[in-house]
Amino acid sequence: MGEPSADGRFGDFGGMFVPETLVPACQELDQAFRSAWGDPGFRGELDRLLRDYAGRPSPLTECPNLSTELGLRILLKREDLNHTGSHKINNVLGQALLARRMGKTSLVAETGAGQHGVATATAAALFSMDCIVYMGTVDIARQELNVFRMRLLGTEVRAAETGSRTLKDAVNEAMRHWVAVADTTHYCLGSVMGPHPYPWMVREFQRVVGEEARRQCAEILDGGVPDVVTAAVGGGSNAAGIFGGFADTGARLVGVEPAGGAAVGRAVPGIVHGSRSYLMQDEWGQVLEAESISAGLDYPGVGPEHSHLAATGRATYEQVTDAEVIEAFSLLSRTEGIIPALECAHALAWVSRARSDLAGLTVLLNLSGRGDKDVDQMMGILG
Amino acid sequence: MTVAADAAPPGGAEHSWGRLERALRDRRDSGGKCFVPYLTGGLGDDWLETICAVAAAGADAIEIGVPFSDPVMDGTIIQQANDRALSEGATPQSILAEVRGASADIGVPTAVMTYANIAHHMGYERFASSLADAGVSGCILPDLPLEEVGEWAVCADAAGVETVLLAAPTAPDERLPRLCARSRGFVYSVGLMGITGVREALAASATRTAARIKAVTDMPVLVGVGVGTPAQAAEVCRVADGAVVGSAIVTRMLEGAGPDGVASLVAEFRAALDAAHS
Ligand SMILES: Cc1ncc(COP(=O)(O)O)c(C=O)c1O
Repeated sequence: MGEPSADGRFGDFGGMFVPETLVPACQELDQAFRSAWGDPGFRGELDRLLRDYAGRPSPLTECPNLSTELGLRILLKREDLNHTGSHKINNVLGQALLARRMGKTSLVAETGAGQHGVATATAAALFSMDCIVYMGTVDIARQELNVFRMRLLGTEVRAAETGSRTLKDAVNEAMRHWVAVADTTHYCLGSVMGPHPYPWMVREFQRVVGEEARRQCAEILDGGVPDVVTAAVGGGSNAAGIFGGFADTGARLVGVEPAGGAAVGRAVPGIVHGSRSYLMQDEWGQVLEAESISAGLDYPGVGPEHSHLAATGRATYEQVTDAEVIEAFSLLSRTEGIIPALECAHALAWVSRARSDLAGLTVLLNLSGRGDKDVDQMMGILG
Repeated sequence: MTVAADAAPPGGAEHSWGRLERALRDRRDSGGKCFVPYLTGGLGDDWLETICAVAAAGADAIEIGVPFSDPVMDGTIIQQANDRALSEGATPQSILAEVRGASADIGVPTAVMTYANIAHHMGYERFASSLADAGVSGCILPDLPLEEVGEWAVCADAAGVETVLLAAPTAPDERLPRLCARSRGFVYSVGLMGITGVREALAASATRTAARIKAVTDMPVLVGVGVGTPAQAAEVCRVADGAVVGSAIVTRMLEGAGPDGVASLVAEFRAALDAAHS
């Protein structure tokens, strides 16, 4: 998982499919990121923030009870223990630091479930920046708590009221907003999607997850790597982050999508939100809405590098149903005392289903977030 | 990465002119200013009649919007029109079939405006030839910037479809000649840094950008985005060769003004341009 080509491609995927009005902003960001990422001063400051503010490194946890139950050895990378409760903070701190370096005074972001919105609002508070987060009206209604958290953090939450009124429309609104104010505002995109350089930049900011896990695995596996590395895939940032630490090893890489949001599973390429990648769409190319139990995976597209990893066979992508996810959510809570976010429960649902194939193997699972945000919803389902 | 763009002749005048470019050059070279309204295809039962009425009311060419689920360059008015047309069952195929049936009645050149995925999903070659079959002269895909337009432009050129490129107020000087070289039909000078919609006043960037583009090309330069009233159109045409007006026209369509109601607004734009520049 190296740098994309000069035109922002991972194989046939990626690119910079934005109106001319956004091209200069994307090019400016590309330049700024390249220079910052090569600057030890920037890297050092980000590392310090990740350690002192976000709580990194996150632990790697052996799960003896769950391992016994599934007949394999499972290791969890604990992104749920980060400040704000998920891996999203890694990316957001990187982008906020970069935005400040670029002289931007404001952030704009999209959010679905609200995790990325809360992380962005958090970074904006820390860096004393103005912040606007777009959220579909459907999501605002079902994620009241996160809307309140963002407002508490000093962010303005704006409703995306057209289209399907969910995450993809929030992305549209954030891009529409950005185009008019790009001289002062950085668009803090929440996953490895969007126009170049976002898919690459966000993966680099999340790569810390994979690099830490590689070292932590080496310690407990006598210098070895796990047989399988798995993560849930919405846009694909937590998966790209952990894959990034193992792509150059023999480990099997498995991304897990919701059955109702299986962009890679359907494998039809399309162009939306700035890049060419697999995309759920109807027979005319109208983008479809994803539907799953977890709002954080309700995105009809996927980051272009995942399409490339799938097309080249380096990673495989599996789909799980809501029912399997609910079971996995309970399973981890019951066996290990860890309530997972519904997103990463997708990855566990696949491991659980595939356990006879995986018997005896070591499986590293990216536990991308904690389940606090989901308990209300699960209370309704599990009673 | 800009294979096709770099291969095109500089200045934009060397390519052979299509029907759209000829019509706009004719208007300009005879001392007039071009008026190009944008109408959402498939919006209401009478959208096609509205297009014909608008042509008769003095449009030099017409942009026909093919609705897309995620129009990132459009403001609320065109978004609403998109949503409504889609919920009424409009598809690229249904719109093109109707345009094809009426192309003699429309009488002026048309250009389809949609987003890249609509063309990409059908296949660039098939989409380009289906435009040509429908008698559509030009095509605008705003999310294909210069770096990404090459693959589409090759197919469009082969089908004889004129690909109009946008140029933004923030485009650096070195970019403008390359944009003009790859554009066909006209050069779409974006009036402001933002999305489509009606504004109180014309942005200063509208005339400034048009002037910068006119300095490097002989092609017609039309300003769109943020031109919403006949007075603003006349103002921008002090520099530009013409204006593209979308949201103001589509507002009338959404209000149910019907072919005559929309045509009367187009006639106002025509009159304003003729009066200011005769
Ligand atoms: C905990 C958690 N995991 C995963 C995701 C999905 O995003 P990505 O695929 O970019 O990691 C989200 C998105 O909100 C999330 O909150």
